[in-house]
Amino acid sequence: MKKLFNTLALCAASLSMTPAMAEIRLGIDSAPYPPFYEADSSGNVSGWEIEIGDAVCAAMNEECEWVGVAWDGIIPALMAKKIDAIFGSMSITEERMKTISFSDKYYNTPAAIVAPKSMDIDGSPESVKGKIIGVQVSTTHQNYVETTYQDMADAVKTYQNFDQHNQDLVAGRVDAVVGDSLAFGAFLGSPEGADFEIKAALNNVEIFGLGVGAGVRKEDTELQEKFNAAIKQIREDGTFDEISSKYFDFDIYGD
Amino acid sequence: MQWYWLAEYLPKFISGVYVTLQLLGLSIFFGMLLAIPIGLVQVTGPRWLAIPARMFCTVIRGTPLLIQLYLLYYGLGTLFPLIPEIRETFLWPLLRDAFPYAVLAFSLSVAGYEGEVMRGAFKGVPKGELEAARAFGMSRFTVLRRIWLPRAIQNVLPTLAGEFVLTLKSTPLAGVITIFDVYGVGSMVRQETYRIYEPLLLIAGIYILLTGVIVLLFRWLEGRVPRPV
Repeated sequence: MKKLFNTLALCAASLSMTPAMAEIRLGIDSAPYPPFYEADSSGNVSGWEIEIGDAVCAAMNEECEWVGVAWDGIIPALMAKKIDAIFGSMSITEERMKTISFSDKYYNTPAAIVAPKSMDIDGSPESVKGKIIGVQVSTTHQNYVETTYQDMADAVKTYQNFDQHNQDLVAGRVDAVVGDSLAFGAFLGSPEGADFEIKAALNNVEIFGLGVGAGVRKEDTELQEKFNAAIKQIREDGTFDEISSKYFDFDIYGD
Repeated sequence: MQWYWLAEYLPKFISGVYVTLQLLGLSIFFGMLLAIPIGLVQVTGPRWLAIPARMFCTVIRGTPLLIQLYLLYYGLGTLFPLIPEIRETFLWPLLRDAFPYAVLAFSLSVAGYEGEVMRGAFKGVPKGELEAARAFGMSRFTVLRRIWLPRAIQNVLPTLAGEFVLTLKSTPLAGVITIFDVYGVGSMVRQETYRIYEPLLLIAGIYILLTGVIVLLFRWLEGRVPRPV
């Protein structure tokens, strides 16, 4: 009888140990966001943010798995424990911090407004008077467009993903689009984007926040601290710069 | 449950409902205009009209509405840069706006499904009634206008009510082509306030109300149509 009890106790102990070995599921947008992340035809993800995320996981000594989630459902997915952290270019904002916590930032790039070269737009609300502006839904860029341009612009169109508003910009259905300056790089470098340029960088700490960090559930303070330590570590040991130099010719970390 | 955001967003919800109803109303109107001939030619012939009509119904019913929307809006959109002159024409404001594409896609969808319903409806009218009408000396068109069409519609009113309710609930798909309907307003609330379930429940409630309106409208219509004894 005592032996049986011991066996049971052992089983219970081994069961309670499993969660510590469980891997961390990192959530990204299911739509591609190059050069940060994109999936190839067999579903393998790659990109700057994937490499950084893997380096962070290595620094934390954790196994990580990438999970694609529709962007406007990514916070609910985190809350419902479908993923354990958002590692997909989510800006740290006051509004989001009411619901989730963030690690320290791991990069910071300004938002930008892109329009045809021939168009006279300087980023000020007056310069978009009578124009149609495209922006991705559920982003800080949409908040910026709504607070800054909505009243002056002719109309604001919201898109499900980044590629769609670029497509409509080329088609001429929108006059200008607002998004991340870096993410525009690939588009502006392509033949379709040849006639367009970044008109202005847009700054507003209140809306665009403090850069991009890993989003975690509020109660997961331990995971949050592990992210902070790991980000600090890869910054210091040169891994961060080594990965970044493959993708960008400037300091993506910001100041 | 927190509803503090409701007062602020209420006007947007109202205009969202208006967009949804506009899309639904126009699609049903144009869709049925197409559905009636599509149903009719499949029963009466001629074959060179019946076969394309049958094919149209098969293609529309056999492909996801989401893909139809996407192809119509973004697919046609990729053609515009090839013909820059199109931006100078009077058609441009129409081609540029997303709403006409949504109405077109949803009308075709309604035409595809209801064309099939109407085919059954025309077939279901007893031959004797049509022959009797002819025997009274009515022309073919008068038979259609006074006997065949009214009798067919009378028989399928309950089916049509159900179909239109389904159409109502597929309207949020128009969000992928930037239509900002009542569902879009709800998504905006979710994104700006990070309240997830309250806006969803509100939208669900709004759709139940709209469905109720459609159902009641058709009850009333059915009541006005005299039933055969």
